[in-house]
Amino acid sequence: MAQAATATAGRAPERGLDVYNQKVGMWVFLCSEVMFFAGLIGSYVVLRFGASDSWAQPGEVLNVPITAVNTFVLICSSVTMVKAFAAAEAGDQKGIKLYLVLTFLLGATFLGVQVFEYTHLIQHGEWQGSHGFTPRAGLYGSTFFTMTGFHGFHVLLGVICLGWASLQAFRGRWGSDHYHGIEVLGLYWHFVDLVWIILFTIVYLI
Amino acid sequence: MSDHAAASEEHGHEAPNYLLIWLYLFILTVAEVAVAFVSHFPKWVVVIALLTMAMWKALLVALYYMHLKFEPKRLRLVALAPLPAVAIMIIAIMMEYV
Repeated sequence: MAQAATATAGRAPERGLDVYNQKVGMWVFLCSEVMFFAGLIGSYVVLRFGASDSWAQPGEVLNVPITAVNTFVLICSSVTMVKAFAAAEAGDQKGIKLYLVLTFLLGATFLGVQVFEYTHLIQHGEWQGSHGFTPRAGLYGSTFFTMTGFHGFHVLLGVICLGWASLQAFRGRWGSDHYHGIEVLGLYWHFVDLVWIILFTIVYLI
Repeated sequence: MSDHAAASEEHGHEAPNYLLIWLYLFILTVAEVAVAFVSHFPKWVVVIALLTMAMWKALLVALYYMHLKFEPKRLRLVALAPLPAVAIMIIAIMMEYV
């Protein structure tokens, strides 16, 4: 023990990334998520180039206006999330509770609208003469539901964590000396928003 | 676990104007939908415009909401690292089909 102490005495501790471990961990996890969604999106691009005649035009099957509003809802939830983080840094207990609950509600709204859209598409969607637009409606249907479905699953996990974080806020857990959990959850939530920004453009608009 | 000591090291900058970024994101979203449906340009122009706007929005979220602009450069490197891997993966997929 004494030997170890003299060996490191006078040397600065290793600095690594200068960022606390949980944040590094979340970023590394998000990098793996980038690969995950890139696999789905890359396959989509290739499949679509190969089958462009059997692909719907933007707006032909999917409801772009409602989804555009939903995209905006998710973007707003990113704002409330970052405001929650700013409130936690500043120790503003009211702000922490307000913005965490708002983010949770906005995220749940996004999910609700997605579920509504799915239900409507499956029951009333029209694609190539089929009754109902389902994951079995050709490559178009299967890629649509796979990509948006996996994204929705990620949103669901985020909403569950936001629910937990909100509960913890009401128990007074967060504060200017304990906010890393909110920051790291925020990173995940912004990432989910970022993926949707790209998915919305590629799946709904192009 | 005290986060406070680390806080002053991490955030030696002013918080960005989150609402301004939100405004840019809103404008870009409206612009995207407009370009997709209300334009007489050839398809490839529309695609490039849409992808550019999507990338711009993604960068705004990553740099400002995820704070990457204000993080140590080494963390930005970590965040950037998957991009070459993504490019390789997509090129490899395309080579299977073309």
